[in-house]
Amino acid sequence: MLNYIWFGLLAIALIFGAINGTMDKVSEAAIESAKTAVEIAIGLIGVMTLWLGVMRIAEAAGLVTMLGRLLRPVLRWLFPEVPADHPANGAIVLSLAANMLGLNNAATPLGIKAMEELQELNPNKDTATNPMVTFMALNTSGVQLIPATMIGVLAASGSLNPTWIIGPSIIATFIGTVAAVLAAKFLQRFYKVAE
Amino acid sequence: MIKYVVEEISKWAIPVLLVFIPLIGMIRKVKVYDVFIDGAKEGFDVAVKIIPFLVGILVAIGMFRASGAMDLLTAAMKPIMDATGFPAELVPLAILRTLTGSGSLAFTTDLVKNHGADSVIGRMAATMYGSSETTFFVLAVYFGAVQVKKTRHAVPAALIGDLVAAVATVAVVYWLM
Repeated sequence: MLNYIWFGLLAIALIFGAINGTMDKVSEAAIESAKTAVEIAIGLIGVMTLWLGVMRIAEAAGLVTMLGRLLRPVLRWLFPEVPADHPANGAIVLSLAANMLGLNNAATPLGIKAMEELQELNPNKDTATNPMVTFMALNTSGVQLIPATMIGVLAASGSLNPTWIIGPSIIATFIGTVAAVLAAKFLQRFYKVAE
Repeated sequence: MIKYVVEEISKWAIPVLLVFIPLIGMIRKVKVYDVFIDGAKEGFDVAVKIIPFLVGILVAIGMFRASGAMDLLTAAMKPIMDATGFPAELVPLAILRTLTGSGSLAFTTDLVKNHGADSVIGRMAATMYGSSETTFFVLAVYFGAVQVKKTRHAVPAALIGDLVAAVATVAVVYWLM
């Protein structure tokens, strides 16, 4: 699917660049985006290094396993393929907790750590497993409790009640997350792992 | 009240974790510094591994946005949207939100400014931004870090979640205002 979307975006860009006469901007965007992508990845090195180091301590101290055990009932339903004592459980919990609190600098490295743990259980290293997709569904639906950036934007734009959006955001996020997870669970049987 | 509690937790969480985890390690007789260095070594490789995935996705999204295809797409979808009651102004945002964080932030800010910070559209836009994530970016980073190229049902599941969240946003804001 990603192959089609990727090519679709590129093809649409060329066609509409021609129609709209925006080809110079399309050309510039290609170069600029490539640069931005590398800058984002390089910018991750610091927090990645920090959290992977701290997570290794947490593992050695048995904290990651403990955290996984604490939430076992939920995790077992969400990720039945992951063994109960596997460190992936704890890493998943930590990354989702960081996400909820809006700690982006910690959430990304912790999420990557969780994906690495899930990858260890994966027999086909280039293909996503069911738990990986379910974990991605939880991440892409953005389980954040306080939309801090948006409260800031509303306040700066003269809102009398910028925190009004907290309630609706939590409800919408929750509904979206449930839908994404249910979709992942439902669709997994139609996307068999090719040998 | 909830906001205050969450904000305080957010402020304290990282420093507390950075001390608490090594503290438990010390108690359990872990050589905390040695182990830290061991784990931290991987940080660089992981970040570098993401680069091809991120360049691929961001270049395609960047070109798509620069071409101006979005405006035509919105115009084409307007009649359908009007029939469903989904505000047409929010369609480009719902699409942009899955593609780019900075782009959708700028778009949301524009909507808030033009329609008013306490207007229905302004609040819907802010809620939509706040209640979802930059799906394709997240997928590129996480699957990139573990070098997974065949993502199976990850994209459709995520997009279904995004679509439902967008519809829920509109419904909830209408309902609460």
